[in-house]
Amino acid sequence: MRLKQGRAIAPVLRGAALAVTVGLAAPAAFAVTPDEMLKDPAMEARAREISQVLRCVVCQNQSIDDSNAPLAQDLRILVRDRLKAGDSNAAAIDFIVERYGNFVLLKPPMQTNTLLLWFGPAIFLLIAGFAFMRFFRKPGTAPAAERTAELTADERRRVEALMNEGNAS
Amino acid sequence: MSKLSAFAPVMLFATIAAALGLSLTNDPHKMPSMLIDKPAPKFELAAVDGTPKPLSSDALKGEVMLLNVYASWCPGCRLEHPTLMKIANQKIIPLYGINWKDKPGQGGAWLKQHNNPYLAVGDDPTGRTGIDMGVTGVPETFVIDKGGRIRYRHAGPVTDDVWQDVFEPLLASLRKSP
Repeated sequence: MRLKQGRAIAPVLRGAALAVTVGLAAPAAFAVTPDEMLKDPAMEARAREISQVLRCVVCQNQSIDDSNAPLAQDLRILVRDRLKAGDSNAAAIDFIVERYGNFVLLKPPMQTNTLLLWFGPAIFLLIAGFAFMRFFRKPGTAPAAERTAELTADERRRVEALMNEGNAS
Repeated sequence: MSKLSAFAPVMLFATIAAALGLSLTNDPHKMPSMLIDKPAPKFELAAVDGTPKPLSSDALKGEVMLLNVYASWCPGCRLEHPTLMKIANQKIIPLYGINWKDKPGQGGAWLKQHNNPYLAVGDDPTGRTGIDMGVTGVPETFVIDKGGRIRYRHAGPVTDDVWQDVFEPLLASLRKSP
């Protein structure tokens, strides 16, 4: 009985293991189906290049080259149609950006409202470096205003009085 | 000076918390439409099976109106359909439609089954007109002003709540302006 059960389960397990192995071994998923591909290999390569920088507006964190979403497929075909119509790579990308905005570019363009995005990390690094230097600066190099002031005669007398009090008890 | 700098970490934390908090409200699925304040792109679409009139972009001007993009395969469209029917039956605002990426006959069959709220509905089987309008999915609803410019894009179903909260105030202000 036990043996029979083992036999029944084994193929299922083997199938699962195979599925996992194949899944892991598969390279980057190819969403591009053969019927979409252009006959001219150079143009097809350009289409792939363009598809890789355009965001799929449905799944958002994939390029249209990776995505299986139907709209991503439509956009891939549209890009290929633009290339066939004689568009340059930049013109084909602009065609999509005109319709969906800069958001479809996986790499955001450098413009006034993205300056913080581009230079923010460098600014933060500068601030951190400045704070770090201040924190570890040698005491001797501190500016005069921050150096400990000398005790005035009055203060010296109070300190002495307090010390004597301590000695007395 | 030293008192102020003692608060620096707190201030820094508050600034970062505020900035991150604000970005939480920024929903990336609400992509801004590229068509705002522009006329609808040119298109000529054949009538969906069983509907009386084709739809051309030339018809989309002269009064404040809605252009709704739907598909028979779209659950959100089924959800908003009662609201669209109310808008049509009570003649609240002219409502036009685009049937986006449907298999032949299915867009028409869907309208026959659930009733047709549209004055005219164009068939866009390839989805190219939708792409020209920056459609990212269905349903989507565009508000067009008297001058034929697109003033608003709503992605997602227009339920009664959305209608009251978003569309009614917007349409009231659009109707007032010349």
